[in-house]
Amino acid sequence: MLEIAGMACMALGALFFVAGTIGLLRFPDVFCRLHALTKADGMGLALVCLGAAIGAPDGGEALRILLIWIFVALASATGGHLVARHARRAGKLVREVRP
Amino acid sequence: MTVLLAFDLLLAASIVGLAAATLLMRDAFAMIVAFIVFGMLMALGWARLVAPDVALAEVAIGAGLSGALLLRTLAHLRGGSLSAQGGASVSAPANGATQGVNALLAGLATCALGLAYLGAPQNVPGLEAHVADAMPESGVTHPVTAVLLNFRAYDTLMEVVVLLAAVIVVWQVERGLAETPAPALGTVYQGFARVALPVAVIAGGYLLWIGAEAPGGAFQAGAVLGAVAVLGLLSRHVRPAPAHRPLARGAFVVGTAVFALVALGVAGAGRVAFEYPPAQAKTLILLIEAMVTISIAATLAALFHGRAPVAVSREETDR
Repeated sequence: MLEIAGMACMALGALFFVAGTIGLLRFPDVFCRLHALTKADGMGLALVCLGAAIGAPDGGEALRILLIWIFVALASATGGHLVARHARRAGKLVREVRP
Repeated sequence: MTVLLAFDLLLAASIVGLAAATLLMRDAFAMIVAFIVFGMLMALGWARLVAPDVALAEVAIGAGLSGALLLRTLAHLRGGSLSAQGGASVSAPANGATQGVNALLAGLATCALGLAYLGAPQNVPGLEAHVADAMPESGVTHPVTAVLLNFRAYDTLMEVVVLLAAVIVVWQVERGLAETPAPALGTVYQGFARVALPVAVIAGGYLLWIGAEAPGGAFQAGAVLGAVAVLGLLSRHVRPAPAHRPLARGAFVVGTAVFALVALGVAGAGRVAFEYPPAQAKTLILLIEAMVTISIAATLAALFHGRAPVAVSREETDR
């Protein structure tokens, strides 16, 4: 039962990753792409980590997965911020949506 | 089973495809990004081959720190910025002689690898059985650490010497570049660094300690601590100054020195060099690993900084 719940969480997380990747490929400018990528992947990561933690053999392992989640989430949020900041300073204006 | 096979095939195809893409990219920045992704997938490949030690080292050194070094180099070549400006393209066609020499050397290396593969005995049991037999004498319970720090410690000593040689050369070369500090990364990054760096230091220490019984060890721990130093350099918490030189030199040398001294000491006590007495083996291995970790971390950070620290006025760094 727990195993199925874990797998379901991971599958749902993978869906979020796919959505984020589609956003990355389809959206017109760097800020839209970051918006899609950071939010969707953040949710996907949380779900994958939750699934992995459910399937973890003991509490120590689950705790490590929790730590990994916290720090990857922090790092990716910071990375997204840095990319956006750099793009804004480099003068990349929001591009008009392609007709 | 078939799902895993499909995954492996996809992974292998992606690795080869990314390798080709890395070579064929026109823009050096895109090339480096592709190379970093290539390193991540290589690490996944090693993990699929049940070699977590290699996977950890690949992802920390091959993808992470090599990527940081390459990006730093690119920023130097492009005058402090990562994007190509005004035709200052690094991917300008090299001249024929350079390409010829590169092709020749790469071809020779490929031939040597092929010969080594073909010359290796096929379909015979590897050395796992010998390693497993000798494990009780090694002082540790993780076979990879036993091989790296005990059975084949001489090879590992040479690897540490290679790193030392690299950093000596980098410090010798004065490239006449103006000190271009990394651009300030803002308060969000500073906050992240304040939270993440202490935890990363603990993670590095944990990797070093756990190496005795599980995947981990000096190289992985050194890479993590080196990354901490890189983040510190980027956040300007660490500002290399000439006064740091003696400390840095000590840190570069301590791994090689302690490693060699232990070998000499063991040899002086009437044993073969690196034949640690089993009772003290774990202590000696952890001592060597701890010192090598310090050296690796300091060396990687110094390679990222890219030069011997020079005096820089404060106004210049605060630009």
